[in-house]
Amino acid sequence: MIRFENVHKSFEGVKVLDGVTFEIAHGEILAIVGPSGTGKSVTLKHIVGLLTPDEGTVSVKEGARIGYLFQGGALLAWLTVRENVALPLKETTRLSGTEIDAFVDEALKAVGLEESADKYPAEISGGMVKRAGLARAIVRKADAVLYDEPTSGLDPVTARNIHRLIRAVNDERGLTSVVVTHDLSGACSFADRIMMLKDGRVVLIAKPSEFMKSELPEVRDLVSASKGEI
Amino acid sequence: MKIVREDGDGNVLSGIGRAGRLMAEAFAYMPHVLVNGDARRSMFSQLYSTGIRTLPVITVVGLFTGMILGLQVGLALRKFNQEIFLGATVMISLLREMGPFVTGICLSACVGSAMAAELGTMKVNDEIAALEIMSIPPVRYLVAPRMFALLVMSPLLAFYACVLGVMGGGLVGYTQLNVPFAQYMSSAMSIAELKDLFTGLLKATVFGVVICTVSCHQGFATRLGAVGVGKATQRSVIISFLLILMFGYMITRLFYFEF
Ligand SMILES: Nc1ncnc2c1ncn2[C@@H]1O[C@H](COP(=O)(O)OP(=O)(O)O)[C@@H](O)[C@H]1O
Ligand SMILES: [Mg+2]
Repeated sequence: MIRFENVHKSFEGVKVLDGVTFEIAHGEILAIVGPSGTGKSVTLKHIVGLLTPDEGTVSVKEGARIGYLFQGGALLAWLTVRENVALPLKETTRLSGTEIDAFVDEALKAVGLEESADKYPAEISGGMVKRAGLARAIVRKADAVLYDEPTSGLDPVTARNIHRLIRAVNDERGLTSVVVTHDLSGACSFADRIMMLKDGRVVLIAKPSEFMKSELPEVRDLVSASKGEI
Repeated sequence: MKIVREDGDGNVLSGIGRAGRLMAEAFAYMPHVLVNGDARRSMFSQLYSTGIRTLPVITVVGLFTGMILGLQVGLALRKFNQEIFLGATVMISLLREMGPFVTGICLSACVGSAMAAELGTMKVNDEIAALEIMSIPPVRYLVAPRMFALLVMSPLLAFYACVLGVMGGGLVGYTQLNVPFAQYMSSAMSIAELKDLFTGLLKATVFGVVICTVSCHQGFATRLGAVGVGKATQRSVIISFLLILMFGYMITRLFYFEF
């Protein structure tokens, strides 16, 4: 579905991705973990073509539609939640108003936001903004959805709900998902595989059970921190 | 070459290239603004906010520009007992130069700066990238309605500034220089030609396009958070000012220089 081969990327001479190689299969959820500033967001932006590699290749299945949930939600402030979710349909399809309404209702229901549909982004909580962003990402029948820190800054219960939502949406709609997160134990609960990035390189990519048992020092560091050990 | 860049600043030349392409694309999307219901609504709201944001300022600026012109010119003319030409002089300078010029300055300060800040904030909040990923061209969705609004509003506002300026000049002439208002007006109307009106309005239109292009381009080029938004806003105003002066000269040169 998505494949990175030896991808290098620098900004103004600073190397951010330093030979990243991995592959994501159809239907899979891959969680990406790693310290801040190691190029996790940059990796996601390569998948949608917002950035292009200096060296190496990024290939995505031909014709795949990709939804993207940005860290801050990236909703338009002057539109209500419903209008935000309807935007991609309104602007890029010739669907009628009632058809659009039906798709929007379905997407809002999938993320549990029917109640707040007519509020503006500034009037709803951070968790709701992320759910609205997710509804917008999936309303146009995506093949893959990329999530950039969907739960950062959220309380643990809301975060868990979002994790469940990611899994449910992925399986019900037959998507492929890539989730950047700092929540390792959360990632274990919903991801099929976990990839750790550090200093622009892939440290490890493995199933959650194997990931947690890894002997690599960087991974052990992260695992012990996520268990609250000091 | 993407208009909305994620990586790097590029140099000045590639910046000019991107700004030029942004302008061309905005014009290419003009029919969409007229045909598509949502785009038309967005254009009307831009028209409204452009007018509302500028009107109070331009009223004061237009009036005082005319008053200053009236006073300065009137005092000079009085030395030669030529006050009868006060109306003509004020009219010509307003119509050809000062009306469009002060309109451009007000639009840049009141509307262009806000455009750069709005689009810059959207850029640093990833909203522009989100539009691109949803296959909604940011130029079509955000720039075209603004371009249309400025295209319509700047000549109208320039005309309004000229009218107020002529009134202001007449007021000063009547109260300070003993020039009867009727004489002032007949002098003013006798010199004004359609050519003056049209070059003035053309100037204002060009300024509107320049302001929209520069401000939207600076907004899209914003990087690095809130500081970047401040910089983009400041640069949009400075660059617009400089270009207004340069284009103003060039248009005057083009239409009034006798070979
Ligand atoms: N568009 C850009 N221009 C310049 N530098 C960038 C850009 N995007 C990211 N970077 C830099 O690349 C590095 C990695 O960023 P990022 O992928 O956002 O980190 P994270 O892993 O926390 O998501 C950071 O040092 C950041 O400053
Ligand atoms: Mg990030």
